[in-house]
Amino acid sequence: MNGAPPGLNEVLTRTFSFPKRHFLSATDLNEVEVANLLDLADGFVSLNRQTSKKLDLLKGRTLMNLFFENSTRTQSSFELAGKRLGADVVNMSPRSSSISKGETLIDTAVTLNAMQPDLLVVRHASSGAASLLSQKVGCSVVNAGDGQHEHPTQALLDALSMRRAFGRIAGLKVAICGDVLHSRVARSNIALLQMLGAHVRLVGPPTLIPPAADRWNVEVFHDMRKGIAGCDVVMMLRLQLERMDGVMAPSQREYFRFYGLDREKLALAAPHVRVMHPGPMNRGVEIDSEVADDLSVSLIQDQVEMGVAARMAVLTSLAARLENER
Amino acid sequence: MRPVAFTNVRLVDPASGYDGPGAVVITEGVIADVAHAPTLGGLSADVEVVDAGGALLIPGLVDIRVKTGEPGAEPKETLKSAALAAAAGGVTTIVVQPDTHPVMDEPAVVDFILRRARDIELVNVYPAGAATKGCEGKRMAEIGLMHEAGCLYVTDADRPIVDSKVFQRVLSYAKAFNTPVAHRPADPWLSAGAAATSGEFAARMGLPSVPAIAERIMLERDLALVELTGARLIVDQVTTAGALESLRRGLGRGLPVTATTSINHLSFNEIDIGDYRTFCKVDPPLRSEDDRQAVIDAIASGLIQVVVSAHAPAPAEDKRLPYDEAAPGAVGLQTLLPALLAFHHEGRIPLIDLIRTVTSAPATLLGLPAGRIAKGAPADLVLCDLNAPVVIDADKLVSKSKNSPFDGRRLQGRVLQTLVDGRTVYRA
Repeated sequence: MNGAPPGLNEVLTRTFSFPKRHFLSATDLNEVEVANLLDLADGFVSLNRQTSKKLDLLKGRTLMNLFFENSTRTQSSFELAGKRLGADVVNMSPRSSSISKGETLIDTAVTLNAMQPDLLVVRHASSGAASLLSQKVGCSVVNAGDGQHEHPTQALLDALSMRRAFGRIAGLKVAICGDVLHSRVARSNIALLQMLGAHVRLVGPPTLIPPAADRWNVEVFHDMRKGIAGCDVVMMLRLQLERMDGVMAPSQREYFRFYGLDREKLALAAPHVRVMHPGPMNRGVEIDSEVADDLSVSLIQDQVEMGVAARMAVLTSLAARLENER
Repeated sequence: MRPVAFTNVRLVDPASGYDGPGAVVITEGVIADVAHAPTLGGLSADVEVVDAGGALLIPGLVDIRVKTGEPGAEPKETLKSAALAAAAGGVTTIVVQPDTHPVMDEPAVVDFILRRARDIELVNVYPAGAATKGCEGKRMAEIGLMHEAGCLYVTDADRPIVDSKVFQRVLSYAKAFNTPVAHRPADPWLSAGAAATSGEFAARMGLPSVPAIAERIMLERDLALVELTGARLIVDQVTTAGALESLRRGLGRGLPVTATTSINHLSFNEIDIGDYRTFCKVDPPLRSEDDRQAVIDAIASGLIQVVVSAHAPAPAEDKRLPYDEAAPGAVGLQTLLPALLAFHHEGRIPLIDLIRTVTSAPATLLGLPAGRIAKGAPADLVLCDLNAPVVIDADKLVSKSKNSPFDGRRLQGRVLQTLVDGRTVYRA
């Protein structure tokens, strides 16, 4: 492969068949598929650090970003991933599409499908929207976040960051802290981390932990100090500020006092602890800047870097299957 | 402080189940020794021995529902005037309600109350925090921070939290801090504008009224939410037979619920309103005699565990009004004990069971060290003459407001001396 680093060539030449047409949920994956995706992503990390980052794996393919919810970070991550693999990338957003004129989601899907994209990356505020689209289009659909359901590429990039930091995921104690109730990041991570053999804990006030979460084979803590004690990874979640004004939590200062990650609470975790956050962060609310900016514990910047590589791995795998079909 | 021994008392301590002759030694504000006999041997010479002559010695009363006017309405009652009334009534611990001005919905106001109480140095004062901001029933108050600052439970006082989703969140959230939530069971729509309980009396008097089932309706919702969340609920004043049925079923399912009632609803029925006596206007309104009898039976059976004074001062200008315009509420700190003792003198409820509802039961509910006469417990004690006849004269009450429905009532039982942490805060 032209321009690819040596490690990547090795991974790419493996007979790697990703058996799924779509990438919708972490629960659709198995351990082998995840391991292959992570290996592939690892190779792309090296590529992305080179001066020449361009490959032609997706040459001639069209990747369409369809973001019904704004997200600069995820959208540009997918855009970069597509471009580095040689695809043509088109960004659609509700403002420039007919959605704001009252067209239904399925009508939009049918219209876009007629334009013959190969990969459709979708973010939507409703749980299940990506799955619904996938039933109506001929191309591969990647779920870039559907409501409060899943965000599987985030889980993959988080797994990649952890595997690179610790060399393994099996056996790690991971505390997912904050607004689990509304978090698609949490749901995808719980599924993926458990599949990979990590021990998952959920930490948050009872108002932000789903009522039946104790049946997800996780440990639930309402006291953060106990919840993160001895953990290898503390994964903070974003809490929307409007949920913090007496709705799900009484106030920002009370939330920070009991559920914000600061040095004092972090000291209770394992000595080699790593801190993660899917971004964007509310500094001084869910995480203290002192912790977020400490590169000896924070993986937050790594996560962004891993995001592009993980998405390249997903797109490459889906495109390889398209190759076999057509 | 010189050690003191009270000998020759009738000691009633519900926590240990003891009712009989006793003696108690107090050192450094703490109960140093308790004897289940009229005298104690081996007292050192520096101990001041008080022969109580057979008077009743009980733990200081713990009243978990008290309103003062501080901050914001000091002419009605200050923390100091309330504390003086409490001391005179044998009440050594009060829990003040959050519906003040400003509302006690954040830790700074909790701090203010605790600091004022320390300065006054009479009885123990603890705050109850607001469950929602401004007691408006919409957004959760800073329950965790107030809990850390020292409030014992959260409540919106007289105002029910109508929005079930808000109440569910308050219950769930408070559970993380093991803080009980007190809630008034009253359907807000049925209760709106009511001054009396629906029935023949209210109809004849032409008073706007609320059906008694308004209490049961809200209590059923609250119990269902407790079942969902597992949070601790204090039912703020059960006053009707219908609600008692709901309570019995809820407790039968093992729900973590404790019910209170007020001394007013134990002592009066709607007929006491008579010729529109606004001193008998309380919230919830006085009920039928059947309801009152059911509430007394619930005290006897232990279904209702805690009795409160529901002390709510209202000055004359708020009471000298047409009945439906008058402010609700009655002062009660000073009359709580003799009014409760009436059920002992009637032979209706054993003395120790009555005393339990105002001492060890509320103390245990809120995790307080008081409310018991045991070695190591704080020396919060009341010495009283169980049988002394008293005629309540509202004008002579210590409270700044004199709105007592007990005015003119003949009761038995007089507080002789009240001690808080071994200090005498009242002496007859």
